[in-house]
Amino acid sequence: MTNAAISRSGAATAPDGAPVLTVQGLTVSVKTEDGLLPLVSDLSFALARGETLAIAGESGSGKSITSLAIMGLLPPPAVRVTGGQIHLGTTELTGLPEAQMQSIRGNRIAMIFQEPMTSLNPVMSIGRQLTEAIEAHEVLSRTEARTRALSALTAVRISQPERRLHQYPHELSGGMRQRVMIAMAIALRPDVLIADEPTTALDVTVQREVLDLLRDLQRDMGTAIILITHDMGVVAEMADRVVVMQSGRMVEHGAAGAVFHAPQQPYTKALLAAVPRMGRGVGAAAVLPGGAPVARLRGLQVRFDLRGGLLGRVTHHVHAVEGVDLDIQRGETFALVGESGCGKSTLAKAMAGLVKFDGQIEIDGTSLAGLGRAQIKALRRNVQMIFQDPMASLDPRMRVGDLVAEPLVIHGIDDHARREARVAALFDRVGLSSDQMYRYPHEFSGGQRQRICIARALALQPKLIIADESVSALDVSVQARVLDLLRALKQEFAIAYLFISHDMAVVENIADRVAVMYLGQIVEMGSRAQIFGNPQHPYTRRLIEAVPVPDPGHIRPPQSRFSGEVPSPMRAVGDTPQRLALQDIGSGHLVAP
Amino acid sequence: MTEASIPEKMPSRSAQPRSALSRLLARKMALVGMAMILLTVLGAIFAPWLTPYEPNLQMFDGLTIEGAPLPPGGEFVFGTDLLGRDLLTRILYGARTSLIIGVAANGLALLIGTLVGITAGYFRGWVGSVLMRFTDLMMAFPALLLAICLAAIFQPSLWIVALVIAMVNWVQTARVLYTETTSLATREFIAAERTLGAGTMRILFRHILPHLVPTIIVWGTLGISTTVLLEATLSFLGIGVQPPTPSWGNIIFENQTYFQAAPWLVFLPGAAILMLALAFNLVGDALRDVLDPTQRGRD
Repeated sequence: MTNAAISRSGAATAPDGAPVLTVQGLTVSVKTEDGLLPLVSDLSFALARGETLAIAGESGSGKSITSLAIMGLLPPPAVRVTGGQIHLGTTELTGLPEAQMQSIRGNRIAMIFQEPMTSLNPVMSIGRQLTEAIEAHEVLSRTEARTRALSALTAVRISQPERRLHQYPHELSGGMRQRVMIAMAIALRPDVLIADEPTTALDVTVQREVLDLLRDLQRDMGTAIILITHDMGVVAEMADRVVVMQSGRMVEHGAAGAVFHAPQQPYTKALLAAVPRMGRGVGAAAVLPGGAPVARLRGLQVRFDLRGGLLGRVTHHVHAVEGVDLDIQRGETFALVGESGCGKSTLAKAMAGLVKFDGQIEIDGTSLAGLGRAQIKALRRNVQMIFQDPMASLDPRMRVGDLVAEPLVIHGIDDHARREARVAALFDRVGLSSDQMYRYPHEFSGGQRQRICIARALALQPKLIIADESVSALDVSVQARVLDLLRALKQEFAIAYLFISHDMAVVENIADRVAVMYLGQIVEMGSRAQIFGNPQHPYTRRLIEAVPVPDPGHIRPPQSRFSGEVPSPMRAVGDTPQRLALQDIGSGHLVAP
Repeated sequence: MTEASIPEKMPSRSAQPRSALSRLLARKMALVGMAMILLTVLGAIFAPWLTPYEPNLQMFDGLTIEGAPLPPGGEFVFGTDLLGRDLLTRILYGARTSLIIGVAANGLALLIGTLVGITAGYFRGWVGSVLMRFTDLMMAFPALLLAICLAAIFQPSLWIVALVIAMVNWVQTARVLYTETTSLATREFIAAERTLGAGTMRILFRHILPHLVPTIIVWGTLGISTTVLLEATLSFLGIGVQPPTPSWGNIIFENQTYFQAAPWLVFLPGAAILMLALAFNLVGDALRDVLDPTQRGRD
C-alpha cells in the first residue's frame, strides 16, 4: 500500500473522543473608517486528533486570517476577533492573555509559513533557532535541547542533520529550509500543526517530498493538521476533511472524497472545474503556417561570473544556460518547463535582451549578432514579455493607461490622441473597461493587473510573447480565465508564446510543444502528446509524477518518493559541464541520453 | 500575509482624480507651511516698506545710557543689537540672504546629489565606483575645512557662499539616493521597461526618479536648516556673507557671547530659522504624500 493510502486509513480510525480544536462561530473583523468590516464570518469546524483538515479557498477568502486567529497572531490593533470561540481542548483561546498564549503557541499549536526563508532568522544558525524554540517552552540543559533539536532534524529526513545545526538559512535550499521549519514546529510535539501554504513556494518534486513528510509525521505523532492552501491538488492528496471558504464564509464542509466527487455548492464546483488537470489538454497541436521560425536559438549559453579571492578574480561560473538549441514556430505555444534554478528564466531574459549571452539568437529570421543598437531595438519589438508578478512589473507611480501606452511612446508610434484610442481598444480586448485607464496599478486585483501586462505586451503587435510563470501567482479561477484569454489572443493575432512554467498541469493544458530543462540544458523536447504520453527522460517522468492530482481516490504509484537535492549549476573555471546531445527517437521527439 | 488575506475591494473613485495642487491645498498643515514661507518671502521683499530703519544704521537712541542694547518692546519691537541697530529690520533684511542661501545652495546641492547618486546607482560598474569613491572622499573630508579652502580661493559674495555650501552638502543626498537607486534598478518593472525597448534616459528620469522624489523632498527640507546654519558658521569665520550685510546666521553669531545679557538677540533670529525650516518640512511632508499615487484617498 502507498503512504497516501496508509495515512488516510490510519487517520480515519484515529479520531476518537473529544476534538482537539473546536472553532465556533468565529468572526474576525478589521476596523475601517466605515466601521467594522468582517474578514471571516461565522466560521465553525472541529478538528479531531490525528486528522488533517484542509481550509481551501482563493486569496481573500479569509483562510490565512483564520489561522492567525487560532494562533492569536492577528495584526493589532485593526484586526480583531469580534465573535465566536476557539477551544483548544477545554481552553478558550480568544480571550486569553498574551502571556498564556505564548506558552501555547509553539508548544501546543505550531505553525509553518509559506516562505521558509523569511520565517527563519538569517543571522542565527539552524541549531540555535531550533534549541531556542525548544528552550522557550521547556526547561532543558544545552545538551538536552541539542539532542532534541537533532532528533527533530532527523525526523524531517534532512541529510546530514549534525552538519545542518551549524549552518545558516542561506546555506540551505528552499526544500531544506521548509524541513527545518517543520522540525521547529514538531520539536515540541504540538497537538495542532497549522500549515499555511507550506509548499506553495517549493518546486513540485520538493513539494512531493514535503507532503510525504508531513503525512508520515502525522501518522507517527498523531498531530492534527490544519492545512491552508489554494491548491486543490494538495488538498486532495492530504486532507481527510475539507472546508471551502469564499470571501470570509464557509461555503462547503465535508469529507474530502465527498467534496471532490459530489460538490454541493456552485462555488466549489467552479473552483474544482478551474483546476488544471493532467490529461485534459485540448485537441491536436495547432496547424502551423510555414516559413521561418519566430525565434531560433543555436548554442545559447549564459554564464554568470563569481569572483573570489584577494584580487577579485573569476573563480567560478554559474552555468545558467548551457548550449540550448530550439525553434519556436509562428503561432505555436512552446512551453519550457523545469524547476527553480534550471535556467528557464535566464533563457527568457536572454531572448528579451535583459542578460548578455553567447551563441546565436535569431528573431523572425534575422540574427541579432552584428546588428546596431537601433536595429536590435526594432527587432526586439517582435518579442515582448509578461512577468510572473504583475504588481512588481508595473511601475506603481504611473497610471495603467500610460503604462500600456509606454511601448508606443518608446517606439514613437502615433500621436497622443491615437495612442489613447489604441490603449482603450487594448483594454477592451483584454477584458478591462477603458475608464479604468486613469487608475494606478494598486487599485486593481491580481488578475486584472496581469491583464494590464498582457495589454502592454500586445501594444506593439509582437510575433512572440514570452510568458515567464505568468499565471503562477494567480488564483486558479483567475488563472483559468487568463489562460483562456492568452489562447484567444493567440488565435486572433497569430502570436507565438514561449510559455515558461513549473506547473506541468498548466503546460499540458496550453502547450503545443514542450521542452524540459534541467541544469541549464534541455533534456527532452517534443510535442505535447510525445512528452506527456511517452515521457522518456527520468527527470521528465519525475516532474509529471510529482504533480498533485486533484482526486482523493487517486493512488500514487509506489516509486514516487524521491530524495536528494538538485546539483548546483556553479562550477569552477575550466570545469565545463558536458553538453548533452539530444537524439531523435521519432517524429521530432528529442531526448537526452 | 495580512495584505493578501484582506479581501480585495475595488476602490470606486472617480476616473479623473483631482490635481496634485488641489489635493495639496486640502491639507491644513501644508497651508500653514506655505503661509509661513510666503510671509518670510514677502517680508524679505518688502523689508524697506515694513520698517522705517536702515538695516545697517547704528542709532544713538538704540542703546541705553550705559551703551547696552534695548530689549524688545517700546519703539524697537524686537529690540536692538549691540551696535544700536534695529533687530526687526536686520531680521527682515537677513531673510533675503538666508532664503537665497537656503533655496539656491540647497537646490544646487540636491541637483548635484541626485545626478551623482542616480548615475552611480543605475550604472554601477566603474562609473559607479569612481563616483561613489569620490563621494566617500568628500564625506570624509571635513566640510568646514573644504568650505574655508573654497571660500579662500573665490572672493566671498552671497552667490559664492551658496556655491560653496552646495559643494559641501550634496554628499549625503548622493549617498542615500545611490542606495535607493541600486535597489530600484533591480525591480522587475525596470526590467519590464527594458524589454519594451526603453532607453537609459527614459528609465532614469521617467521610472526611477519619480520613486526617489520622497527621499529628495525629505533631504531637501532637512537641508534648509543645515544650510542656513552652515552659512552662519561661514559668516562667523569671516568667509561667509560679509558684515554688515545681515543674515540670520550671522546675527546669531555676532551676538552669541552676550546671550545671557541680551537673549533676544540670539533667540529671535533662531526662532526665524526654526520657523522657516519647520515651514519647509510641513510643505515637504504634504508634497511627498500628495505625489505618491499609492497614498491616494488616505488623506
